[in-house]
Amino acid sequence: MGNASFLWNAMTKSITGGLIALTISDRYASIVSVHGLSMYPTFNSSTNTFLGSLSDDYVLVEKFCLANYKFTDGDVIVFRSPNNHKEKHIKRIIAMPGDWIKVPHSYDMLKIPEGHCWVEGDNSASSLDSRSFGPVPLGLVQGRVTHIVWPPQRVGQVRRSIPEGRFSL
Amino acid sequence: MMGVRTILGQWRSTAKEVWDRTLIVAKFLCVLHVTNTYICTPTLVYGPSMLPTLNLTGDVILAERISTRLGKVGPGDIVLVRSPENPRKTVSKRVMGMEGDRVTFLVDPKKSDRCRTIVGDNVYASRDSRHFGPVPCGLIQAKVFFRIWPPEGFGSLRQGE
Repeated sequence: MGNASFLWNAMTKSITGGLIALTISDRYASIVSVHGLSMYPTFNSSTNTFLGSLSDDYVLVEKFCLANYKFTDGDVIVFRSPNNHKEKHIKRIIAMPGDWIKVPHSYDMLKIPEGHCWVEGDNSASSLDSRSFGPVPLGLVQGRVTHIVWPPQRVGQVRRSIPEGRFSL
Repeated sequence: MMGVRTILGQWRSTAKEVWDRTLIVAKFLCVLHVTNTYICTPTLVYGPSMLPTLNLTGDVILAERISTRLGKVGPGDIVLVRSPENPRKTVSKRVMGMEGDRVTFLVDPKKSDRCRTIVGDNVYASRDSRHFGPVPCGLIQAKVFFRIWPPEGFGSLRQGE
């Protein structure tokens, strides 16, 4: 008899804890792991392939920015992929609505439409970003990356910065 | 005479009661958040773009989130969509079929197979995919299935009704 009520207690406590954790991670902040090298050297800069996914960076993503969708150039954001709503990507914002950006491999300048942003990975050589799928609607953004929390030797703030050579007005 | 220990004891029991009550409220808010975000949420919708299906001055409708999370949103469904022109605005529109106008987009709609064309029922007063193109499925927030206010309109809003 004692076992049943103990189990019931444990179950309700873990469900409650789960709901609270889910709410906090949706509304305030959460920790996600970064896969891939599209943001090298900002994330995953240790190229130790022996450990594989154990050496992924973990970052803190804050959701307070979703109250007003106020972002600026140079922010690193997490967003749902425009091609597959189940996937999330981490890239840096290069241009905001109204800015003009030079389209790579062409002489065009593109104006970022209202409500969209242009994202690129820090490692242009291996990054699937706005150069392939175009400007990303800001409604797809899920949060902003503020700090790296793992591995311990790289704990610190993720700084806003525009990469060299991206001429945007 | 009230000693320090009695005062401290009373303070501690009050503090414990405050803590317990706060915890109950916090748990309730969490349950509310999870229900609204993952299961079903009531919303107030207003505006002319979905006349005559939805009223101009405001209807309270129920929208479910399970179909959108699974991607099972098809032609004829009324959906709540985060506007691609202003992420702070959520609009309600109806999903059209994938066939449609031949317009040139920066991203080929066939390649991003997660695009939906949305159009308001009131084509004369609606800003929709005819202006900003198909929207990614990630922007679709919920599927409207029921109206609960005004009472004359109480009932299911499913496709075909």
